[in-house]
Amino acid sequence: MAERMGFFTDTSICIGCKACEVACKEWNQLPDDGFVFEATSYDNTGTLGASTWRHVAFIEQSRPVAAGGDDGVDRWLMSSDVCKHCTHAACLDVCPTGALFRTEFDTVVVQSDVCNGCGYCVPACPYGVIDRREDDGRAWKCTMCYDRQLGGLEPACAKACPTDSIQFGPLDELRARAEERVTRLRADGNTEARLYGESPDDGVGGAGAFFLLLDEPEVYGLPPDPVVTTRDLPAMWRWAGAAALSAVGAVALAFLGTGERR
Amino acid sequence: MTRERAMVPEAEFRSYYGRPVIKAPIWHEPHMPTYLYLGGLSGVSSSMAVMARLTGHPRLARTARVAAAAGAALGAGLLAAELGRPARFLNMLRVFKPTSPMSVGSWILAAQGGLSAIAVAGDLASDLPKTGGRAGRLPGAGGSAGRLPVAAGLAGFLSGAGGLAGRLPGAGGLVGLLPVAGDAALLATGVTGPLTATYTAVLIADTAVPAWHEAYRELPFLFAGSAMAAAGAACMLGTPPAHAGPARAVAALGAAMETVAGQVLERRLGFIGEPYRTGRAGRLMRAARVLTVGGGLLAVVAGRGRTLTALSGLALTAGSLYTRFGILEAGRASAADPKYTVVPQRRRLDAQSSPDRGSDAGAAQPAS
Repeated sequence: MAERMGFFTDTSICIGCKACEVACKEWNQLPDDGFVFEATSYDNTGTLGASTWRHVAFIEQSRPVAAGGDDGVDRWLMSSDVCKHCTHAACLDVCPTGALFRTEFDTVVVQSDVCNGCGYCVPACPYGVIDRREDDGRAWKCTMCYDRQLGGLEPACAKACPTDSIQFGPLDELRARAEERVTRLRADGNTEARLYGESPDDGVGGAGAFFLLLDEPEVYGLPPDPVVTTRDLPAMWRWAGAAALSAVGAVALAFLGTGERR
Repeated sequence: MTRERAMVPEAEFRSYYGRPVIKAPIWHEPHMPTYLYLGGLSGVSSSMAVMARLTGHPRLARTARVAAAAGAALGAGLLAAELGRPARFLNMLRVFKPTSPMSVGSWILAAQGGLSAIAVAGDLASDLPKTGGRAGRLPGAGGSAGRLPVAAGLAGFLSGAGGLAGRLPGAGGLVGLLPVAGDAALLATGVTGPLTATYTAVLIADTAVPAWHEAYRELPFLFAGSAMAAAGAACMLGTPPAHAGPARAVAALGAAMETVAGQVLERRLGFIGEPYRTGRAGRLMRAARVLTVGGGLLAVVAGRGRTLTALSGLALTAGSLYTRFGILEAGRASAADPKYTVVPQRRRLDAQSSPDRGSDAGAAQPAS
């Protein structure tokens, strides 16, 4: 297996140009998102979806930033969200057909010729990334440009990003670089700067696509402490087994208890 | 009577313009909840058919076998129609994947559907005119075995097998094999049936939907109870009341199990269980509870009265269906409001980062 590849999205230098969204759509030939006017800042895609594999969030904050004595300054956060390519990926775990698989780059990809559109991956994802395209019937999400990676190219979004807010590379290198960056930002007074999804100890075993955020994750529409749902699967089967046995026992009781009166 | 429970203080949380964090289940109505009902109906009907066969209730056994086969077949049809690509239905059996309850469930349903169909075919074939000198199929009425229904039933199985052995060289042919194959398949549905009725609880609990995932302890019991009520009701409706005593008992026990499991679920989940109490899901769940409790009580007192039996059976069937529709709707509501995703996770993080503040976090959310 090749080295694990990933995305490091440094939102502190995102300028909200949406070049990533456009490059993703062009390279992957994704249908449009419906041209919705969301009336929430400059966001007109709203959320990641079957045809939106990069989504730029715009958060306008009117609270003052206490930096350089410039009181009352508004803050504008921008962040390009993407599939996290989890170490423990719920979508991949629950897929009944084997359409979702893990590539040699340790990314998670849907095989569209196998997916039968059962829709199980959709509510299983703790980040709400993967979705079913209703006119097509199959589930779709970011492939981290599997085809480009096979050709030795970086994914389209990272290639197009003008500020290098989206960085692509071996995950270990990205983690080290992100650690340096967050340390420097904090030293510069950005005390709220934090990494999100970089830790292999989190509920999904660490994300293959992680972020540097300037506020709490939920502000960006990200879950603060996601956990892969299949972590509890053995316990779920135990409870289901107990319930099945209870049903068998109750049915037996019903027959043996009323046997005399038949 | 107050329709609303005590007000839960509005949860303090931040979000991205109030948008959901996770995607809501995209499964459709009526397909998915009706399948949940039919799977439960089929599964517990199989358990009932096995017990009816063993204890010598032939009329009830026939109804239960038919309900088991019909429930599995119709349910599989609904599942196929639910797919984004129905033509790829067989991809469900492309792999066996223990990490996917839907993969495990597809194999369970395939086994249940096939076995329950053979069980019905065998039962119907036993009605055909017999030519060979075969031991009586149901010796349960005769001799000392009559006092021990289970022993009589086992004797029936054995005599069937014995009759087959004696007849093999004869002209009985495949049709002669069917009753024995049917009984063997029926016995096997004693295993696949209860799994069919409960795996669906694991299926929906194994998602990121808070109201489903956090309920993984109670949902299997809720589903098992709902399945018993559904199967008991179907067998009550499809069997002359004089022969349906055990079906009434199954229905009443199921109604009790479903009601208790539902109460425990809502109480333990607290804030996360709110979607089961509010909005459309709340209305569906309340209607389900009234129908299930009412139908269960009627099943207890119905006895051989035709009207009461019919009322009870219909109420329990409707109650089981309402429960399944309510569960799907609660899951959708739970996913649609980011507070159910964000608040518990934020509380967990806060408790981890400063254990002494855990009690404060709890006080901010007295609903839990």
